[in-house]
Amino acid sequence: MVEGIDGSGKSTQIRLLEKWLISKGMRVFLTEWNSSELVKEITTKGKKKGRLTPTTFSLLHATDFADRYERNIFPLVHAGYIVLADRYVYTAYARDIVRGCDPRWVRQVYEFAIKPNITFYFGVPVDVASERILAGRPKLKYYEAGMDLNLSNDAYESYRIFQSRIIEQYESMAQSEGFVTIDGTSGIEEQQYLVRKKIMETIPECKSVRPLVKAQVL
Amino acid sequence: MLERTIESYGQGIPYLENTRVKGRLIVIEGPDASGRSTQVAMLTSKLEADGHAVLNTGLRRSELISEGILEAKRNFVLGKRTLSLFYAADFADQLENKIIPALRSGYIVLADRYIYTLMSRDAVRGISTRWSHNLFGFAMKPHLVFYLEVDPNELVHRVFQKNSSLDYYESGADLGLSDNMFESFLIYQGLLAKQFRKLQKKYGLVPINGNRSIIEINKDLQKKIDDFLKN
Repeated sequence: MVEGIDGSGKSTQIRLLEKWLISKGMRVFLTEWNSSELVKEITTKGKKKGRLTPTTFSLLHATDFADRYERNIFPLVHAGYIVLADRYVYTAYARDIVRGCDPRWVRQVYEFAIKPNITFYFGVPVDVASERILAGRPKLKYYEAGMDLNLSNDAYESYRIFQSRIIEQYESMAQSEGFVTIDGTSGIEEQQYLVRKKIMETIPECKSVRPLVKAQVL
Repeated sequence: MLERTIESYGQGIPYLENTRVKGRLIVIEGPDASGRSTQVAMLTSKLEADGHAVLNTGLRRSELISEGILEAKRNFVLGKRTLSLFYAADFADQLENKIIPALRSGYIVLADRYIYTLMSRDAVRGISTRWSHNLFGFAMKPHLVFYLEVDPNELVHRVFQKNSSLDYYESGADLGLSDNMFESFLIYQGLLAKQFRKLQKKYGLVPINGNRSIIEINKDLQKKIDDFLKN
């Protein structure tokens, strides 16, 4: 599983990881946050209307997660697949808590989810992530910028405050949840090397793959 | 009516803590065809005649989400946990956007079913009651909850009178209890009733004998509501 704020580079990394595992002949499945078709439509509609309360927002994301969990994640893990998740329950913990939901409640809602074998956390300072996200984008979306929290009337300022609070949440979980923290400001190849190395150490099926030479990815 | 602070079953909603309401939330629970909607309509007319502002609400009525639930059920695509969370989201939307604002303005909110229906359905489908209880930890405690108890054998005839067919989900057909839809309905409603009896004790639901005539049930409910509003 990979976690990190928008613009931390986690999606790039997980896709590279997926390519590698497939090339090694592994059975792989990649799942993304908020991607279940049915729920996505509703969340999008609610976002447009601007009437989603933090509790409803949280429960809709939980519905989306449960749908992917019951349909894909759970059965595939049992069938021996390597399931890669671009964001997992920690995204919910971080975002919903920042939005004002009760921390214990959010965790209880997601209690049914299995604990990942490895969670990579891509740490980047908020300025770096914002720059990546904002590059070439004239406008931020309402919820994306955390405008529903009334942090600031300026979308960019609001975004920065919102993302910093999410980073705080991630960092407070890093130790207790055993995140493998990757420096998201370092080079893409370098990060991918560390990710693959960790996968080889942790997942027994990956031990048999040819040892990764740094030069191969560079 | 006196202002009261809203209470919840669990942690509540942190950003609504200490919300004070002038209105009252009254819930009528009971299986399909138990006469809930008829009773809600009768109670609404009487309460309005007595000068109260009344808002009717129920499950799956949130504009935002209810369509999605219907669509998903038509296609039989949702897992039990997904459906459960979907209903919870629909409920949360109504609670925060409809029920609580109305209560703040002093309305009597009559809810045609509440979280108890959702919890008993989930329990019958094998979802732990602890998880359901925690999930609805954000739900506001109603001021009064009635449960219309109707014998499944009586209930099945009311359903036939109403629709001349049994609904797929209301018969628990998704559970594979029996090949025979009629039998499945009886078993499923029996299981639901058992769950409701557990909830009744835990959440203080007031049981109402729903095997009687509409008029008799109404008198009973109306009297209990009038007594409650007087105090």
